Amino acid sequence: MRQVFSSRRVIIALLGPALLVYIGVIVVPVGWSFAYSLFTGSPASGFSFVGLKNFRELFDDPTIRQTLWVTVKYALTMSIGQIVFGYLLALLYLFVLRRSSTFIRTLVFFPVVLPTVAVALLFGQLFAISPQLGPVDSVLHIFGSAPIDWFATGSHAFIVIVIMDLWRSIGLFAVILYVGLLDIPNEVIESARVDGASGAGLVGRIIIPMSRPILMASIIFALNADLKVFDSILALNDGGPGTATTPLNLYMYQTSFLYNNWGYGAAIALLITLLCLAVTLLVFRSLRRDLTKG
Amino acid sequence: MALTNIDVLPASLAKGKAREAPRRLRRAEISRRTATRALIALILVVEIYPLFWLVSSSLKSETAFVTQPLWDLPTSLDFNNYSTAWSTAQLGTDALNSITVTLSSVVAILVLGSCAAFALGVMVWRGRAWALLFIVGGLMVPAQLILLPLFEIYFKIGVNDTLLPMVITYIGEGLPLTVFLMATYFRSVPQELFEACVLDGGGAFRCFFSVGLPLVRNGMFTVGMLMFFSVFNDLLVALTFNTKPSLSTVQVGLLNFDGQYGQVAYGPLLAAISIVILAMLVLYLALNKQIMRGISAGAVKG
Repeated sequence: MRQVFSSRRVIIALLGPALLVYIGVIVVPVGWSFAYSLFTGSPASGFSFVGLKNFRELFDDPTIRQTLWVTVKYALTMSIGQIVFGYLLALLYLFVLRRSSTFIRTLVFFPVVLPTVAVALLFGQLFAISPQLGPVDSVLHIFGSAPIDWFATGSHAFIVIVIMDLWRSIGLFAVILYVGLLDIPNEVIESARVDGASGAGLVGRIIIPMSRPILMASIIFALNADLKVFDSILALNDGGPGTATTPLNLYMYQTSFLYNNWGYGAAIALLITLLCLAVTLLVFRSLRRDLTKG
Repeated sequence: MALTNIDVLPASLAKGKAREAPRRLRRAEISRRTATRALIALILVVEIYPLFWLVSSSLKSETAFVTQPLWDLPTSLDFNNYSTAWSTAQLGTDALNSITVTLSSVVAILVLGSCAAFALGVMVWRGRAWALLFIVGGLMVPAQLILLPLFEIYFKIGVNDTLLPMVITYIGEGLPLTVFLMATYFRSVPQELFEACVLDGGGAFRCFFSVGLPLVRNGMFTVGMLMFFSVFNDLLVALTFNTKPSLSTVQVGLLNFDGQYGQVAYGPLLAAISIVILAMLVLYLALNKQIMRGISAGAVKG
């Protein structure tokens, strides 16, 4: 038994190919990126060594500060929205719709599988004001509001981005949290009811504390995905007007491929990596402290 | 909300107000039902109306779209937009590219991933925990960090004018999660089954193919679906390695569709989005039970 499952030949044959691809596509390029960040230029124009200049520029470049702020603002708004609305939907599935929730669950989940580009182009039309007033402005018109040019200012465009990405992703969080709620033993809920807990009290004192692990996992998952936002904003309004809604990832892409400055692009990519790592560690630590306390 | 009706009943009975209870209950019940129905109606409108508007507008002619009130349904079904979209946007080529890239990446991810997962989850050797950690660590690497070097590597080995860069990149990106999930599935297979296989005279490879793989089939299907949707819907990698129009995937094609004309052709654009969304709807309806089950399994484990 032992011998059969510790045969070195078998291990190499099974693990080797995957490990090679992983090292070639992920590990080597990560190291390579560090090297790029010390240079300026691109393969087309040639590289020249600049040492730590790219990293110093990260601190001086006002666009970095601005795009970093867009990324953070987006990630915070989105993850709060995803958790709050997702949790409300999950409660709705479990306690109000109960057995008949399958249809609504399936429907709300559908946008999750749609290509981001298609959804972004659709929302671009929903919020358009030309060639005709789009559906959103038409509804506002009924309530007597003047048409709003949603993509003319950063704050309006940001609202559209958040609405679009919530519409696109909320079904996923609702299902994840719903499955978490299903794990709460029925007896716990029943006995709380016998003790007189009901409605908001039941949710606040019993359900939320009991679903804490799945809530925490969802927050980490949401933040990590939201910090990487790229396609939806690129396809909706390309981060405009100007760089008013450009996240770090899009700025990195533009720096590298539009302005052909690979060295600085690599430095921005490292900043993104650092940001994701820091946020994950932060949430993990607060999660651990939470567990030891409780 | 519905929770309350269960405890209202015994409480009021206990107070001896049995006769009043039903009427009060009924009124509360009615307002509660109305609230629930309003909420469901709201959800239906928010989810369905954008898609309904999209499809109905795509069936209007350009002039009807601009001049008619938005709420009007198309008076006649005008499929011109669809034929224009299909021919000018080369959606056919794009779809073929997307399917080729997605299927070959997903198959390769599953084959490489489950072999590696078996070596890391079932085989016994020193250092396997570190090897697993090394691969799972790849989950922390954002795609932005590896794109630039990969671009240069693909150029140097001369594959930059093919679909290969996309396929290779997707495989590398998909492996960490696949290996992690598959190793978990392999570990949940009872050890006795592998022992029995060895007693029957099987080698490690035979135990992998005839005992391990069939037992993790459902998990493998779930991972495959997860990978399918994330590869098919990806834009960043597809855009980066899109060196010429004939290599566009559906996502890249849609994105360029937007700015291809001096003036945006709304009808064909809406038709192109409709085609993509309707195709995904068919796929989703066929798979949605498995998708839901897969998410449940993943969420419980996570």
